[in-house]
Amino acid sequence: MSSPAAHMTLIREILAGIAPEAADCDIPGDADVREALDLDSMDFLNFIIALHEQTGVDIPETDYPQLFTLDGAIAYLGQHDRS
Amino acid sequence: MGPQQDTAAGRELPQIEKAPRRSFNLEDYEALRASFSWADARRLMEGLPGGGLNIAHEAVIRHARGARAESTALLWLGRQGERREISYRELAGEVARFANMLRDLGVAPGERVFVMLGRVPELYIAVLGSLLSRVVVSPLFSAFGPEPVATRVSIGQGRLLVTSPGLYARKIAPVRDELPTLQHVLVTGEVAAPGTAALTPLLASASDEFETPETDPEDMALLHFTSGTTGTPKGAIHVHEAVVAHHITGHYALDLRPGDIFWCTADPGWVTGTSYGIIAPLTNGATNLVLESEFDVALWYETLASERVNVWYTAPTAIRRLMKAGPEAARGHDLSHLRFMASVGEPLNPEAVTWGQQVLGQPFHDNWWQTETGGIMIANFAALPVKPGSMGRPMPGIEAAIARRGADGGVDIVQDAGVEGELVIRSGWPSMMRGYLGEEARYQKCFAGGWYLTGDLARCDEDGCFWFVGRADDVIKTSGHLIGPFEVESVLIEHPAVAEAAVIGVPDATAGELVKAFVALKTGHQPDETLRRSILGHARQRLGPAVAPKLVDFCADLPKTRSGKIMRRLLKARELGLPEGDLSTLEGDAR
Repeated sequence: MSSPAAHMTLIREILAGIAPEAADCDIPGDADVREALDLDSMDFLNFIIALHEQTGVDIPETDYPQLFTLDGAIAYLGQHDRS
Repeated sequence: MGPQQDTAAGRELPQIEKAPRRSFNLEDYEALRASFSWADARRLMEGLPGGGLNIAHEAVIRHARGARAESTALLWLGRQGERREISYRELAGEVARFANMLRDLGVAPGERVFVMLGRVPELYIAVLGSLLSRVVVSPLFSAFGPEPVATRVSIGQGRLLVTSPGLYARKIAPVRDELPTLQHVLVTGEVAAPGTAALTPLLASASDEFETPETDPEDMALLHFTSGTTGTPKGAIHVHEAVVAHHITGHYALDLRPGDIFWCTADPGWVTGTSYGIIAPLTNGATNLVLESEFDVALWYETLASERVNVWYTAPTAIRRLMKAGPEAARGHDLSHLRFMASVGEPLNPEAVTWGQQVLGQPFHDNWWQTETGGIMIANFAALPVKPGSMGRPMPGIEAAIARRGADGGVDIVQDAGVEGELVIRSGWPSMMRGYLGEEARYQKCFAGGWYLTGDLARCDEDGCFWFVGRADDVIKTSGHLIGPFEVESVLIEHPAVAEAAVIGVPDATAGELVKAFVALKTGHQPDETLRRSILGHARQRLGPAVAPKLVDFCADLPKTRSGKIMRRLLKARELGLPEGDLSTLEGDAR
């Protein structure tokens, strides 16, 4: 569960649960998911919590900006997911 | 366990004393209460030659012609790292252009302009420009979906809307046909989509001089929407006279001074972001810092430190996230310029007040007010000790009490300390709402015996400090925003699989409450994850993330009264594991 492709699948699945209306939309890897999916700060917080629960990766608040884009989130999980 | 439970249980942390080392705008609370008069507060305004009063004139024009002309009125920090300083003189020019543009477009005084934008300079210019030209302005939160926008613009009979091309495409275009009164839609920038006009060239061609028109203090100025348990959202009317309260509460409750760097983190789509995110800092001659980005721990600490913020007005949800990030996130940031920290939106839990003292060097000062009150009513003042968890004491000029509603519709004031009841405010202060637009009956229900009935349950201790207990009705407070369950339920039942819906607030450690929906399905539909997502997606698309439920649960049968009314309180009791038996007595007089 640590390849970029697997992380991408996981991220998309979590986002589809939070903002299902945007599940099919094609988000550029460098776009801010909060804008692209119309996520408010609680939605984004729930995204981080779900990522943590499903990968075990601890994501401190100060690192959240690194996960604002899909590319950033995949890179972050790639660095920290040792499973 | 949420913050409301903490305070309701009466778990009290030690009072935080203040070192007697600084001067504050309010030094002797009792003396000021005794000597304060609204007439004196009114005399702090410049006013207009014919005896009138105009909010934008007091906020911008008077400073642009005086000693503060070259001081920074608006300090805008953009999402891409941009930094723009706009002086009072420059702001006056921009505001005048907007006012002239409205006049050129034929938008008349008293008509309504809606502004739906992120926190960009155009938002501030549009709000102040409308006020200057006596056009009524209603800011809308940019995280609203098409449905809440359409409802509010319809109720307000909006004539003109200012938005961005992106927001227009996603939130306005789908409902434009339902808004026949809306003659003009202006989008920021140079390029306009079909059906809209570009704002930038319109402003560029308008004159930057506009003589403040004679404005009756009782002229409608602002329309702020709020929610009740039942019915559509209510447009609370505020008049130009409200600026007297905006100004004096900024001075005493937020300790604002000319030249201060002031940062109110609330979005102008909610009343705090207008009264204190636009008006009060400007009337007080401060620099109003605007951060376009959403919450971000590191960026927030950096902003406080590098912009040398003096007064900071924020909200419990943000404070709890700063706490979660830990004291190490605050370390290394020089907060020595920060003189006063205040919080509003929902009760601040005692731990958060004390955390401010321990980690940031001073307590957060909670205060209390509502859309209907227009300005701060009850506050923890800079010079006074803070009881963590208390909302503080009434502003000078404000009389607050605890009351019980009598069977005859009147109120009985509770004299004993510590007794729970409804928080009421003696009516007649300058920023009190003057009506709900087009809803006189609902407005009248908010008053009895000369008191404004807040719908909040509270108690008052022996020192005259007020403590929030809960809401008397079913409205939900999430991230400091008030959400009416009816508005959410109405959209949920439009999903083809949904027979009935009930929406409640469930406690959340960060947001205070989250919006949770219970839906009963029509026969033939299976309660599975695919359907849950379909319903959630439907709600988010129509309502936007700020109003849509965060949680959707299936429920075979929603509990109802004999008359068929859904009992949200019973659902909530079940959700929280509370006893169900005595809940009928809690059923508030919903309005």
